[in-house]
Amino acid sequence: MIEIKDLHKSYIMGKNSLHVLKGINFSVQEGELVAIMGSSGSGKSTLLNILGMLDVLDEGSYSLDNVPIKNLNETKAAQYRNKFLGFVFQSFNLINYKTALENVALPLYYQRVGRKERNVKALRYLEQVGLKEWASHLPSELSGGQKQRVAIARAMAAEPKVLLADEPTGALDSKTSYEVMDLIQKINDSGNTILIVTHEPDIANMCKRVVHLKDGVIVEDKKITQVRASQYVK
Amino acid sequence: MRFIFDSNTWQEIFGSIGKNRTRTIITIIGVLWGIFIYIALSGAAKGLDNGFEEQFENVAMNSLFTWAQTTSMPYEGFKTGRPLQLKLSDVTVLENRIPEIQYIAPRNVKGVFGGSPGLIVKGTKSGSYNVYGDYPVYTKIATKKIYDGGRFINDKDIELTRKVCVIGERTQKELYEKEENPIGTFLRIDNIYFQVVGVHKFTPGGGFESDSDIYIPFTTYRKLYNTGDDVGWLTIAAYDDADVVQVEKDVKAILKSIHRVDPRDERAFGSFNLGEVFTRISGFANGLTFMSLVVGIATILAGVIGIGNILLISVKERTKELGVRRALGATPREVKAQIILESVFLTMIAGIMGIILGAITLYGINMGTEDLDFPYTNPTVPIPYVLGALVIMVVLGTLIGLIPAQRAVSIKPIDALREE
Repeated sequence: MIEIKDLHKSYIMGKNSLHVLKGINFSVQEGELVAIMGSSGSGKSTLLNILGMLDVLDEGSYSLDNVPIKNLNETKAAQYRNKFLGFVFQSFNLINYKTALENVALPLYYQRVGRKERNVKALRYLEQVGLKEWASHLPSELSGGQKQRVAIARAMAAEPKVLLADEPTGALDSKTSYEVMDLIQKINDSGNTILIVTHEPDIANMCKRVVHLKDGVIVEDKKITQVRASQYVK
Repeated sequence: MRFIFDSNTWQEIFGSIGKNRTRTIITIIGVLWGIFIYIALSGAAKGLDNGFEEQFENVAMNSLFTWAQTTSMPYEGFKTGRPLQLKLSDVTVLENRIPEIQYIAPRNVKGVFGGSPGLIVKGTKSGSYNVYGDYPVYTKIATKKIYDGGRFINDKDIELTRKVCVIGERTQKELYEKEENPIGTFLRIDNIYFQVVGVHKFTPGGGFESDSDIYIPFTTYRKLYNTGDDVGWLTIAAYDDADVVQVEKDVKAILKSIHRVDPRDERAFGSFNLGEVFTRISGFANGLTFMSLVVGIATILAGVIGIGNILLISVKERTKELGVRRALGATPREVKAQIILESVFLTMIAGIMGIILGAITLYGINMGTEDLDFPYTNPTVPIPYVLGALVIMVVLGTLIGLIPAQRAVSIKPIDALREE
């Protein structure tokens, strides 16, 4: 699903160039649940941003679902993001003046799905994350865990090839973190490919594979036995 | 283009506008105020313009009056301070010598310039009214509206020195019973019986004339008051394309030569140039219209810049939202179009509201000044002005929307998302 070869990325800050990713080779198969771990500054977010086409690579190659991702202009990148990727952010990034349902329907709007169909679909995804009754609520009326579940529903609504989650539990307490992870695991169970950036070991342990980044290179890449989050969720 | 007519786009825009209510209202007020000022000002200017025009509508715009005074310089053996008198023969000379003159009407009056007005008696009622001796040509210069069934003095009246008169509406009210038709009745003007042939409707703006004036044929007047060939003053109308100021000079020069007055004597003949006054007033009205246009458009501009400013701030505020939208697949074009359309839409809504509010205000002012003696009539704003203002607003709205739109897409989605 994801193929990365010899990926380099540096940021130019004034006169200094900061080499963040120093040759990453990395591939993800369909249906995997991968945790990308590393301390801050290790380059994990940069990697995720490049995977999410929010940032461009300097060197190397990246292909997603056998489509080579290179030389994208903003318009093309936006279309690819819409088609291939779903994003979940640490700070949820829901649009605060839109209801939960409208938030979930937003990627469908950019896919030019008609309003009625959009809302039907969005409601179905909200139901999947267990928030059907909250459809008409604004994000400000939802708890952190609920917001993140809406964000996940939104990411899933576009039916992406890969779900990218940047510290999805970073702003949540452990109980809600497990609830969110439980949801992510269930989505993964139904065959979706998911990448999670995290620095919490217990979250990483709930994935099927853990990639450790340190100073811009992968130091460890191992498959693990998944810890099911459902056992912590009543 | 397809984007503009997509109902989904509009749902997005309505959503964004409708749910940021405070921002929307503040934004709208800016432009609304601008267009309101524009409409109210140019409407008011037009109203004044119409008002002035109405004041003058019964008098030829390029007309002037001239009358004789006393000399202030000795000339050809005459001493200074010699009183002058216009004569009927002057009229022919002026007519022949100045081709720009279209109509010239010699007039006499009893009761305006120092003399006592005529005593009018009708049955048991009586009153004092100004009596004018006139030629029919006078109505070419100053229109006299005559009520149905009546007429003004005609050439036959002059020729036959008929004892007929045209009375004013007030004269009728004061001397006649309500139901009585004055046409054909007789009344006594300074002990001579005159038959009433018409009642004139009073229209304001004709100088010292009033709604009680009585007009009799010039020839009858000279017999009645024994004025011979004397003429009180001349009312002259020049052709539309003539320079009234020049005509005024020519008339005075010729009168001076006829009456043997020093050409440099400025006080020998008095004159009042309605054309000049009118030009001045219409210049003032034009200036007012122009000024209201400038002020209005400047205010609209300020309003639109206000929209741009608020949108710019709101783009900053919405950086994250726009970042999210782009992460979810909004292309830069879609983001740009959304912000520009928001800008144009807000401008239009505000503009239309402003136009409506302005129109209501103009209507109110019109109602309020209707019964006042104030030159203000039918304040309107020509449709092209309104459409022009709308076009200006849409264009400016688009242009000003481009700034925040460009800013919105210049921020990379990743930076937008990182912003807390």
